[in-house]
Amino acid sequence: MTGDPAPRLSRELVALRVARLLQRGWTVNLGIGLPTLVAQFIGADDEVTLHVESGVLGAGPPGDPPGDPDLIDAQSQPITLLPGAAITSSAEAFAMVRGGHLDAAVLGGMQVSANADLANWRRPGKGLGGIGGAMDIAQGARRLIVAMLHSAADGTPRLVERCTLPLTARSCVDTVVTDVAMIRFISGQPVLCEVVDGWSADAVQAVTGLQLQRAAEVVRVDI
Amino acid sequence: MSGKPVLTAAEAVADIGDGASIMVGGFAAAGIPYGLIHALRDRGVRDLTLITNSGGSDRRPDHVVLLESRQVRRLVCSYATPATRPIPLDAMHAAGEVEVEMMPQGTFAERIRAGGAGIGGVMLRTGIGTSYAEGRQLHDIDGVPHLLEPPLHADVALIRAHRADEHGNLVYRFAARNFNPEMATAADLVIAEVDEVVASGSIDPECVVTPATYVDRLVIGGRAVERRLGVVE
Repeated sequence: MTGDPAPRLSRELVALRVARLLQRGWTVNLGIGLPTLVAQFIGADDEVTLHVESGVLGAGPPGDPPGDPDLIDAQSQPITLLPGAAITSSAEAFAMVRGGHLDAAVLGGMQVSANADLANWRRPGKGLGGIGGAMDIAQGARRLIVAMLHSAADGTPRLVERCTLPLTARSCVDTVVTDVAMIRFISGQPVLCEVVDGWSADAVQAVTGLQLQRAAEVVRVDI
Repeated sequence: MSGKPVLTAAEAVADIGDGASIMVGGFAAAGIPYGLIHALRDRGVRDLTLITNSGGSDRRPDHVVLLESRQVRRLVCSYATPATRPIPLDAMHAAGEVEVEMMPQGTFAERIRAGGAGIGGVMLRTGIGTSYAEGRQLHDIDGVPHLLEPPLHADVALIRAHRADEHGNLVYRFAARNFNPEMATAADLVIAEVDEVVASGSIDPECVVTPATYVDRLVIGGRAVERRLGVVE
């Protein structure tokens, strides 16, 4: 956007940065939108188990050729089953979510507030919207990573003092990865931990709608 | 044990009347009983309460065909419409043609499970602190607020499984399982659309997902119908 000190990351590179946050042995749900791009950066050796809310545990990348119509993710995109995969019903898939069995989830965001509230399911005046699994997952995952572009299409910030859009869950976000920065909520405070190459902490603050604390060392990442 | 009738889709839905509440299985493009949905559309019953995960697709002829033919008075779902683009349901709802009750997807699944298991409701934390919780009963459990979620039950469940045996025991395939097993427990009349019906005894009892007790009628359709509709290759 005009005034940017350097280019913003592509959605794919945001997804790559998110993938690097996922740790060996974790069970992780990827929400619809940008988070689905994270899957392509998870390798078989990473030992991350992907949970799909329709009841697939251990989803892998699309086959070649992709093909089984019953092997799809939450966006109807083709997946495969990795060795060790398991199938459950939706009810059990959400029992896993509510029961604290997801080590992490990555969800898209429309707004994230200063007290870590997330809004991502509805824009008033633009139809009914869709809750889907977002409320269950935002509340139930042990760690919630929000992957989103830093600014909305109209240029306004998505990190805001208070959400003006309908909430998905309160005080649920642990980490926000955007196309210019990574922010972690530490002791309830939004802390700027990383900036994208070419961006300063001040430049990130200038396009952010809430006051960011700054980590002792704000890391500059060059993905 | 006795076998379950294997009917055509039209025969299987022939006694469903106006005003019925109907659960329909499926999530995204998987596990949708297309043959039964289209038979119900052709039957022309009206004022239905449809209990299904989404508001229907704008890319495939799933239960959206019942909405488009104005047969649905009320939709109970978890994902009404995408926040990013309008679908026909948005306009129908805005015009007052269909009521929509929306809830978190795990709440939707668990209310159906409760409905099928004779449980008088479940206490869930999901949605606390959001507009979803407004007007709902809060209960404090060990200092944590929970919402009391009542069970969901229906007159009819239209479900999609992979294989049935002659008794009506069902197995599913991958992501096509989704809401189908719970819906099969939570309706007075359960009709399963399957790819094939095999001889009794040929499904390992340890592998049965939906026991025949829950199932009333079988319809062979499934993949063959999906191919005919062009939703799979």
